[in-house]
Amino acid sequence: MSPRVAEPGESAETAISVSVLAESVKSIVEGSVPPVWIRGEVTGFKKYRSGHWYFALRDGNAQISCMVWASDTARIPAAPDEGMQVTAYGRLGVYAARTEIRFSILRLAASGDGLWRKAFEEARAKLDADGLLDPARKRPLPRYPRTIAVITSTEGAALHDIVSVARRRDPTICVVVIPAAVQGETAPKELVRALRRASHWDGADLVIIGRGGGSREDLWAFNDERVARAVAMCRTPTISAVGHEVDVSLTDLVADLRAATPSAAAETAVPERAKVVHDLERMGSRLRGALSLRAERARSDLARASRDLAVRARRAVELRRSWLAASAATIDALSPLRTLERGYVVARDADGRTLSRVRDFVVGEEFGIVAHDGSVRARTVDVKPEAT
Amino acid sequence: MSFEEDLARLDAIARALENDRLPLDEAMKLFEEGVARLRAATAALEAAEGRVGQLVKQADGTFTVRDLQR
Repeated sequence: MSPRVAEPGESAETAISVSVLAESVKSIVEGSVPPVWIRGEVTGFKKYRSGHWYFALRDGNAQISCMVWASDTARIPAAPDEGMQVTAYGRLGVYAARTEIRFSILRLAASGDGLWRKAFEEARAKLDADGLLDPARKRPLPRYPRTIAVITSTEGAALHDIVSVARRRDPTICVVVIPAAVQGETAPKELVRALRRASHWDGADLVIIGRGGGSREDLWAFNDERVARAVAMCRTPTISAVGHEVDVSLTDLVADLRAATPSAAAETAVPERAKVVHDLERMGSRLRGALSLRAERARSDLARASRDLAVRARRAVELRRSWLAASAATIDALSPLRTLERGYVVARDADGRTLSRVRDFVVGEEFGIVAHDGSVRARTVDVKPEAT
Repeated sequence: MSFEEDLARLDAIARALENDRLPLDEAMKLFEEGVARLRAATAALEAAEGRVGQLVKQADGTFTVRDLQR
């Protein structure tokens, strides 16, 4: 009979290392408990520089250490608050360096959508602080868009709905899709990139960003702060159409318009072709009407002006005529003929000079006498100056 | 100028024409511009063909629209 060989760890001679024990604890624990949902109260929450979260979950009797890897925190809307009642999905693990049992969490939810609401309110408050929720920022949508950019998944129903509603309203409308994942971890980044493209392209009159209905988690990309900021920065007017009626998403709050569904967005955005044609015709008659009114007014202005002119001209002539009459009367009154008419006569020499003094007369010479009805030849017989 | 801009300009022209204080020669000029724009907009609307495309960024950074098979 051969001597019995001692099992590892059975005796001092076969003692196993701490590492081996730790490893076996790890493999027993991790291999025997499948992933589970647990519930408890959050305590001692810490967020490390590495991005991992550490805290404990407890109830009245027990407590267990928990952690969330940085890569898994992206799927959790917000960090839990101290004392928050949560449910967590994860698996038991052993941290070998200390042989500590830890619950490694993959999904975390607070009762009553607490974490979603918290994340939403936090992002909303930041947008609000930057003025991005100001109603005054909202731009009017174009009334006659010809090209509509649609940011959504090429696989989803939203694109189909938008295209069919838009084309039913106006078959000549252009719809340009800018593809982006609308759910999943890459969705926020892809939506931001698509929004930037729409803005740089500047070739659309309007951007519709949205998706069909889904669970709270499916719709979460539309509550991402980065996506909301990209909507706010878009140079082209935006409609947010996230397919849910009840809740408002962050993109709804910053977009120029919120539509309840993608179909409703297309309905609002695209005017019916018949209406556009009608509006163009009305514009034509408005132009013609305004011009003919304007011309009519010009004609009546002209008529009034010419009437005014005639009246003024007549007045001017009359005025001048009365001035003339007044001057003529004055001149008439001063005329020497008038004096002669009153019985006076004028003596003139042969050259027509008036002889008004006695010394103008030369005895023996002829002179003329002018009366109002003719003239007389005369001769000076004698001159008698008045004695002074 | 886009269809939207044409329509906006037309509205502005109509408003100006409806304003009594506009001198007649300016009104005539605006009317002529309005008629030209109205023709352009009508022609654009009639010539438009519906399209469903996808925005594609090209190597030089510019964008083009590629038709989508639906």
